[in-house]
Amino acid sequence: MVFAHGFGCDQHMWEPVAAMFEDRFRVVLFDHAGAGDADPTAYDVDRHSTLAGYADDVVALLRELGLTDVVFVAHSVSCMIGALAAIEAPELFAKLVMVGPSARYLNDDGYVGGFDPVDIEGLLEALQSNYLGWSAQMAPAIVGNAHRPELGDTMTASFCRTDPEIAARFAQVTFTSDNRADLAAVTTPTLVIQCRDDIIAPEVVGEYVRDHLPDATYALLAATGHCPNLSAPDETATAIARFVDG
Amino acid sequence: MDDALDRFYGALLHDDAEALYEEAPCAYLSTTPDGLIVKTNETFLTWIGLGREDVAGRLRFVDLLAPGSRVYHETHHLPLLLMHGRAQEIALDLVRSDGHRMPAIMNSVVERDADGRPVVIRTALFDATERRRYEQELVAAKQRAEASELEARVLADLVQGSLIPPQVPTVAGLTFGGAYRPAGRGEQIGGDFYDIFELPGGSWIVVLGDVEGKGVEAAVVTVLVRHVARSAAAHSERPAQILHEINDALFGHPSERFCTAVVLWLRPSATGWTASIGLAGHPPVLLTRATTGATTDIGTYGRLLGAFDGTDFDDVDVEIETGDSLVLYTDGVSEGRGPRGWYGEDRLRELVGSLAGSPPDVIADRVLSESLAFQQDHPRDDIAIVAVTVD
Repeated sequence: MVFAHGFGCDQHMWEPVAAMFEDRFRVVLFDHAGAGDADPTAYDVDRHSTLAGYADDVVALLRELGLTDVVFVAHSVSCMIGALAAIEAPELFAKLVMVGPSARYLNDDGYVGGFDPVDIEGLLEALQSNYLGWSAQMAPAIVGNAHRPELGDTMTASFCRTDPEIAARFAQVTFTSDNRADLAAVTTPTLVIQCRDDIIAPEVVGEYVRDHLPDATYALLAATGHCPNLSAPDETATAIARFVDG
Repeated sequence: MDDALDRFYGALLHDDAEALYEEAPCAYLSTTPDGLIVKTNETFLTWIGLGREDVAGRLRFVDLLAPGSRVYHETHHLPLLLMHGRAQEIALDLVRSDGHRMPAIMNSVVERDADGRPVVIRTALFDATERRRYEQELVAAKQRAEASELEARVLADLVQGSLIPPQVPTVAGLTFGGAYRPAGRGEQIGGDFYDIFELPGGSWIVVLGDVEGKGVEAAVVTVLVRHVARSAAAHSERPAQILHEINDALFGHPSERFCTAVVLWLRPSATGWTASIGLAGHPPVLLTRATTGATTDIGTYGRLLGAFDGTDFDDVDVEIETGDSLVLYTDGVSEGRGPRGWYGEDRLRELVGSLAGSPPDVIADRVLSESLAFQQDHPRDDIAIVAVTVD
């Protein structure tokens, strides 16, 4: 069972849920290039200018680890990264779990994504105002420390912190992606986990993904917001377990 | 005494817990772990322009955020908060009931029950309107500074590249080798330079020098010195004349910067080449004989360029033959400092002597690498080296 984090976070966000599967799955957590404690040199401006680049990373990771029959559990933007990876190398995947997926964030003719371009601008501004002290304080902790001798402090310092330039690029890549046409090509059985009151991926967006995947199961949680893996780990894990065990 | 006591108790009684909460100079906000507003203080309601009945139990915190802040809150702030139980100095924009934005800085903590489950998120918000404006100006200034720093670095590389010949010329009967390394991390334009050019009649001139200081002003002087050296060479007979003209140009130049230089003039002779060497405040040239392997200093001390009006210079001639080598260097080599003290001219002479018979590019590279190793790869001064051997 491989867990992929979404925009704004790193692998630690999956820990509460992943812990509940360790007894019966080989559990793999990873940071996308440019996030968390990923090797800073792994990030490539060109390669990671599309979600397909991240999907290539996922396929390479699974092959490197020799994993097949993978349950790929993805949050947020990683759902579409997982979809692209499963299209690229379907033989590696047994099941996909998408938590809060969106095939397109921006509204379009006849499509509700929930976002307008001005919202993306606002996000970039918010990112910027929250990275004022980054270069001075964060760069040494993240860039200079590949081994992470003591998890505790480093984790606190680096969790959800990314190089501001990479964060801005990842925001652009994420919120301007359009994977609606890819959904039909996903042959892997997929669970779509949807929360109520999710402003990043509202219910209508999750339903769109469900309706356009060839083999989808849908679970609407009682949890609200965009991160049920953190706010409601038990409910999230139960939904995943029902799908993978059932 | 009584007055002071009265004031103390007056303030204490007035500021009971409820007043402290409701009228605090910051806004208080409590939500459920998934963000539904449970209660707020009066300050918050005033800021946001809503009545208590419109907010508590009705709105989620994200409903009061500007769209960009909303996404940031959901993707960054809330995960951080839920993972670590606290988040500090988060910058978000609130939207008031009249549609105006209010930049705020917020600190939040998660209160948990006995089983560790989150029960309530407590948040204190501070009005950051002025601060945010100032921060935005700082961010803009930082971006401008980074852009111009990048531009300056590109320009410096470009200028540096034009000042140092990227490849030494190929000459019948002579072989040249050059090495260059600016001080420190090498991002600023250094003051060391060299130039190698041919004159009509088959003679060659090498000018190697060290302009005081670094950066743009030093680069201007470097360009001037090189230009004057080339134009003076066209109507001169000896290195001393070239140095004299450079001195005049520099002395009359408003930069008030000094320069040391060595001029080496190579003319074909019956047995090989005649090397004429003039020094201006510069270390001597090292001559290594193929026949004996001995290394000696060539050149007589001359004054610094640009320091005195009308200085005259000396130069000396030596005959060089097949296998002989000449090494020109700046004091970045000989005066390089490391944990073992100064590198020194004796050590350099010994090194160059040990390289007798080597091709000049090997000699230049070895002198540079030995000097860098001695200074633990962090030279305080620029280093320039030109080696020439007779084929």
